Amino acid sequence: MADVSSNPDPAPSAARRRAVSAFAQADAGFLEAAWQSLGEGRTVGALRGPESGLVMVRGRAGGGGAPFNLGEASVTRASVTLDDGAVGHAMVLGRDARRARFAAAFDALWQDETMREAIERDVVANVEAALAEADAERRSETEATKVDFFTMMRGED
Amino acid sequence: MVAANPLDLSRRAVAGGFADPVFDAQAVFSAILGALSRPGTIVDTGARASPPAPLSPAQGAALLALGDADTPVHVGDAGETLEAWLGFQTGARLVGAAEARFAVVPCFDRACLETFPLGTLGYPDRSATLLVEVASFGSGEALRLSGPGISGETTVRISGLGNDFVAARRTNRALFPCGLDLVLTCGTEILGLPRTTIVEEA
Amino acid sequence: MYVAVKGGEAAIANAHRLLVDRRRGDRRVPALTIEQIAGQLALAVDRVMAEGSLYDPELAAMAVRQSRGDLIEAIFLIRAYRTTLPRFAASSPIDTGRMLIERRISATYKDLPGGQLLGPTFDYTHRLIEPDMAEDGFVAEPARRDPGETGPAPRVTDILGDEALIEGDGRDGGGEPADLTRSPLAFPATRDLRLQALARGDEGFLLGLGYSTQRGFGRTHPFVGEIRIGEVEVEVDLPEFGFPVVIGRVRVTECQMVSQFTGSKSEPPQFTRGYGLVFGQMERKAMSMSLVDRALRADEFEEERRAPAQDEEFVLAHCDNVQATGFVEHLKLPHYVDFQAELDLLRTMRAERPTAAPPTEEPAAERDGSQ
Repeated sequence: MADVSSNPDPAPSAARRRAVSAFAQADAGFLEAAWQSLGEGRTVGALRGPESGLVMVRGRAGGGGAPFNLGEASVTRASVTLDDGAVGHAMVLGRDARRARFAAAFDALWQDETMREAIERDVVANVEAALAEADAERRSETEATKVDFFTMMRGED
Repeated sequence: MVAANPLDLSRRAVAGGFADPVFDAQAVFSAILGALSRPGTIVDTGARASPPAPLSPAQGAALLALGDADTPVHVGDAGETLEAWLGFQTGARLVGAAEARFAVVPCFDRACLETFPLGTLGYPDRSATLLVEVASFGSGEALRLSGPGISGETTVRISGLGNDFVAARRTNRALFPCGLDLVLTCGTEILGLPRTTIVEEA
Repeated sequence: MYVAVKGGEAAIANAHRLLVDRRRGDRRVPALTIEQIAGQLALAVDRVMAEGSLYDPELAAMAVRQSRGDLIEAIFLIRAYRTTLPRFAASSPIDTGRMLIERRISATYKDLPGGQLLGPTFDYTHRLIEPDMAEDGFVAEPARRDPGETGPAPRVTDILGDEALIEGDGRDGGGEPADLTRSPLAFPATRDLRLQALARGDEGFLLGLGYSTQRGFGRTHPFVGEIRIGEVEVEVDLPEFGFPVVIGRVRVTECQMVSQFTGSKSEPPQFTRGYGLVFGQMERKAMSMSLVDRALRADEFEEERRAPAQDEEFVLAHCDNVQATGFVEHLKLPHYVDFQAELDLLRTMRAERPTAAPPTEEPAAERDGSQ
C-alpha cells in the first residue's frame, strides 16, 4: 500500500464503519460487478473464510434496560488480503459467502486512499441510496395504514 | 509499548496463526490431550504458530486450538498487538485473572490460587488452565510425579519453575476436586500437570 | 433379562423413503420452492426462526419444507443445525426505538407520536375463508401515502415514563447476560435468563399461560401499551475492526404490556410492565411473552406466587417445545425391557394375592397396588 503513515485522526474509523456497514448490506451481484471495475487486476487472497457461524443477537429488557440474549442469527465472515498487503474484513448476516468475500475485498481496497473516493461514490453511496429507497417505499405502504381518528370530525376544510 | 500503527496492527493480527486451521487445531488439541492424560510426558506441538510477545509458540498454539469467544483469556503483560491477534485468530477476549478460563503466567505460585478461578464443588470444571513457560525440560530441578495417568511414579527435570512451585502444587492438590490445571511450555514443547498429579521434590 | 432389539434397518430405511415420497406428494403438482415458503408462509417461517432461536429465513423455510409443515419438527431441525456452528460474537443490544416500523399500535393511547400504524394485520378481517384462496388470482398493489417528514416514534413506555407513573426499563448492570445455551438453567433465574427462555419458548404454551393470567391465575389487569413490528439493524463490535459495524437487519416484534400495581412498602402505586421481544412477525407470541414475563416478576412486587404462570421453575422448565417433544415423544420408542419388568412385577403381585378374591370384582383394590 502506498500510504502507511500512522494517522491518529479518528475520522477514518467513522468513515470506515459507515463503508463496512454498507458493504455488508449490499447485494453480492452488485459488489461483484463493482469489483470488476474498481478492483480490476487485483488479487484477493483469502486469510480466513468465508465461513459460516452465529452471532448471538441481544435485546434489552423493556427495550432500554439490561441486555438479554434474544436468539442467534446466522452470519458469514471473511478476511482477505490484497497484493499490496492491505487486509480487509467482513461479517454479513446470512449465509452468502460471495457477499462476505467481496465485502471484505472492498474493505481492504477502501483503505487505499487513492481508491477511497471512487468506492464511496460508486459503492457506499449507491448501497445507502438503495436501502433508503426501499425503506421509503416500505414507510409509505405502512403510512397508508395509519389510523386517522379525526377524519369524521374534520369536515370544515 | 509504543502505540502501534493501526495498519501494522491489523497486519500483525492476521499473521502467525495456523496455516491449516482445522488440522492444526486438531493436532494441537491431540497434543494437549496427550500431555494432560500422561502427566510428565513431553509432547511437541510442532512449529504451528508465531504469536506476538509474550507468548511462546506452544502457548500461541494452545490458545489457537482451545480459545474462542466463550473462553476469556488472561495474559499478564499483554499489549494491543496480542489483543488484536487473539481477537482475530480466536475471538477470545483478554480479561482480568478472576474471569479467565485460560491464562498465561510467568510462574506458578500460591498467589495464582488466590487470583484465578478454581471451579466450584458443583462445577469443578469452571476453573482456569494456566500456561507457564519454563527455561527448559530435561535439566534443572528433579521432580517426582505420581497420580492418574502415571504408572507408579516418574521423574522429570524442569528448570525455571520458581521457588514456590512444589508448595503451590501441594496447596492446589488439597483443593481437589477444585484447583488449577497446568500446561508447562518450552518453545514448541508442552508438559501437562493436571490438578490430580502429585508433585514432590525428588 | 434382556430383550434383543436388533433388526429394523430395512424397515427404517423404507419408512424414510416413504416419508420422502409422501412429503413430495403428487408428482404432477409442482414442488414448493423455498422462496414460496419464505414469501407466502412467512409467519410459519417466523415461528420456526423464533423458537428455533436462529434468524435465517431461508434455512427456516427449508426446515418447514423438510418437516412437511410440522413446525415443532422444523424448530427441532433448526436447533440441531445451530449446534453445528461456532458462535463468532454477540451483537450490541438491538435498539427497537430506531426500528423501521411496519406495524405499531397502542391500546392505551389513541394519539401517540408517530401514530397508530395497522400494517399487514389479520385484525378487523372477518375470518371468512376467501374463495380467492383456492386459486392464484389478481392481487392489488398496496396503497401508499407519503409519510412526509418522519418524526421519531418513541416507545409508548418512554412517553408514560416521563410522568413517573410507570416503572422504568431498569438499569443495565453492565455484566454479561445469562445464556441458557451455555450453562444449564438454575433457579431462582434472573430476568435476562427468563426473557431468553421465553423468547425461544413455545407459542402455544406461553399463549395458554398468558391466557391463564387474564382468567385469574395470577392477578393482572393488562393493557397493551404498544406492539411494534419492523426491522432493526444488528451491530457487532468485532476485534478486527475495533468499532461496531452493521451486519444486516432482522425483523422483530416487541410488546410492552402495561399492568396496574397498587404499590408496596417501597414503591408507590404505578404501572408495571411485562416485556415481549421475538424474532419475526409474531404478535401473539410477543403478547403472551410479555404477560408471562410480568407474572414471573411477582417477587419484585411482593405479590404472592400462587398461579402456574408465576412459578418460574414450572414455566422455564416446560416452555421449550424441543425439550418437551423430546421427552413426550420418546415414550413411543421401544421400552420392551422396562415394560417386561413391570409385567413381571404385576404377575408377582397377582401371584401373592389371596386367591379368594377374583380381581374383576375389586378393581379399586387392584388399582392401589397393595394388599
